[in-house]
Amino acid sequence: MVFGNGHGHGLGLGASLRYDGVVWTDPEVEDRLERLEIPFGPRGIDPYGASRKELGLFMSLLGLLYKRYFQVRVHGVENVPQRGRAMLVGNHQGGVALDGAMVIASMFFEMEPPRLAQGMAEKFIYMLPFASEWATRCGQLSGLPEHAERLLQDERILMVFPEGARGTAKLYWERHSLVHFGTGFMRLALATGTPIVPFAFLGGGEAIPTVMNLYRIGKLLGAPYIPVTPWLLPVPRRVPLDIYYGEPMHFTGSETEEDAVIEGYVDQVKDRIAHMIEDGERERGER
Amino acid sequence: MKVLIPGITGRLARLTALRLLERGHTVMGIDRRPWPEAPPGVEVFQIDIRKRAAEDIFRRHRPDAVIHMATVTHLTVQNEDRYRINLFGTRAVFDHCHHYGATQAIFVGRHTYYGAAADSWLYHGEEDPPMAMTTFPELADLVAADLYAGSALWRYPELDTCVLRLCYTLGASTSGTLATFLSGRRVPTVLGFDPLFQFMHEEDAAAAIVVALESKLRGVYNVAGPQPLPLTTLARASGATAVPVPEALLGVMFGRFGLPLLPPGAVAHLKYPVVIDDSSFRARTSFMHTHDEDDTIADFRRAVGR
Repeated sequence: MVFGNGHGHGLGLGASLRYDGVVWTDPEVEDRLERLEIPFGPRGIDPYGASRKELGLFMSLLGLLYKRYFQVRVHGVENVPQRGRAMLVGNHQGGVALDGAMVIASMFFEMEPPRLAQGMAEKFIYMLPFASEWATRCGQLSGLPEHAERLLQDERILMVFPEGARGTAKLYWERHSLVHFGTGFMRLALATGTPIVPFAFLGGGEAIPTVMNLYRIGKLLGAPYIPVTPWLLPVPRRVPLDIYYGEPMHFTGSETEEDAVIEGYVDQVKDRIAHMIEDGERERGER
Repeated sequence: MKVLIPGITGRLARLTALRLLERGHTVMGIDRRPWPEAPPGVEVFQIDIRKRAAEDIFRRHRPDAVIHMATVTHLTVQNEDRYRINLFGTRAVFDHCHHYGATQAIFVGRHTYYGAAADSWLYHGEEDPPMAMTTFPELADLVAADLYAGSALWRYPELDTCVLRLCYTLGASTSGTLATFLSGRRVPTVLGFDPLFQFMHEEDAAAAIVVALESKLRGVYNVAGPQPLPLTTLARASGATAVPVPEALLGVMFGRFGLPLLPPGAVAHLKYPVVIDDSSFRARTSFMHTHDEDDTIADFRRAVGR
């Protein structure tokens, strides 16, 4: 495997992985998996198909990216509830799901006890071989309202990008903007009484500066589009990334509000995230 | 209670009959196939449920309750025949219940009713629409029979009709859809896909049917057992070798190289999960499964000699 070959490009990638004859895992990941409060069955599978074993491998690899490659700085992680349902709502930045991956990593590596953030992934992923299997084993379900509601009722932590695929399609010079927010997450939060933890993700645009998106080729490959960087492939540059978690926002309602009311609530969340992005840019010296 | 079971020689029906006997009920059955080793006290009439003679059984014996398990579920029977048997048989059962004073009718259906597709979700509720035909047209008759049975709730309001949608069953009998699929040494999977499979011990399934009867359950309910497992985990645990085949080659491979013969529609069930939420059944009946996934697999494994 690539990670044990000793040519870690000065990143020390081989150092923390241990091969137990079945999978490569990191001792820290093992310890955190042990403390993950998820009902794995006798064969290490949770009710949604997430697997202890595959999560171990995934988190070990993700940990390398998260700690060694990017050096992600996480701010305000104490704003995320330690237990119980919560919705992480934030901005997309970077042409591929780098933002989602880093949020998942931050919940797993920074929270005490560690938590598994579960995303609402694009449906096309589940039509692709391997992607479908891996997403499921890592607790990432397709973005269906039924899944979202069920996970929240099960006191899980849901990761939501209300910008959807339009958000990952943002080009480099659009990276600090927010595109239209869907309202589904707000109705869901009201229906399930879930606190919303807004977050801002910064650096993704620098890591994967999308200059254009190939929509037609994407369609052919079964994806919405293929992002193109100045070096063609969406391979991320090694830049510092920042995740800012804001204070939880609580909304209450009767579930039958007019769209205008819901949109008002959504705008409150969007404004908070926009401010957090601005503050973040200032701290990062980009503004 | 006097209980009539159309389709009594089926595997799950036999287990249900034995359990009913144990609990002191009077059991009789109708089936086209014989049950030579039927326990004493169980009368089996070897007739077709759609025929006049079957109606005579209802008239003569006046059962209090009927558990309808006379549906053909294996796909070796031609589609049209299966459709006719399942639909006209189901109609006959409910009509006879109505005319001859039965107070309860249970239809035993399947969780595959909900269908397997990339955009279907985990843990279907009873209100979810039947999507089985979108990917697996061979299941049309099962969906139709299920919905038709449910219509008895308004057609014959005096009759307590209960439709149970059971997940796959597994156990010592080594028969049934999932058992047949797992009984070969090699179990085909679609390369890059590994859906959750939801199954319960067949003894638990029989117990659930009896519980539904004794609680006079009315309405439509999903019935399941322990947490579902990924197909390859299940196949390996049952002592078989999971053989991942690229989807494009599956059609050619079915029925060859020691792999079972499956209809093309079955591919969707090897790619995507059908998982049901059984919480309302458990809440209404206090049903608890007694065999966990390991127990269930072990019983099956012992029976197939692996």
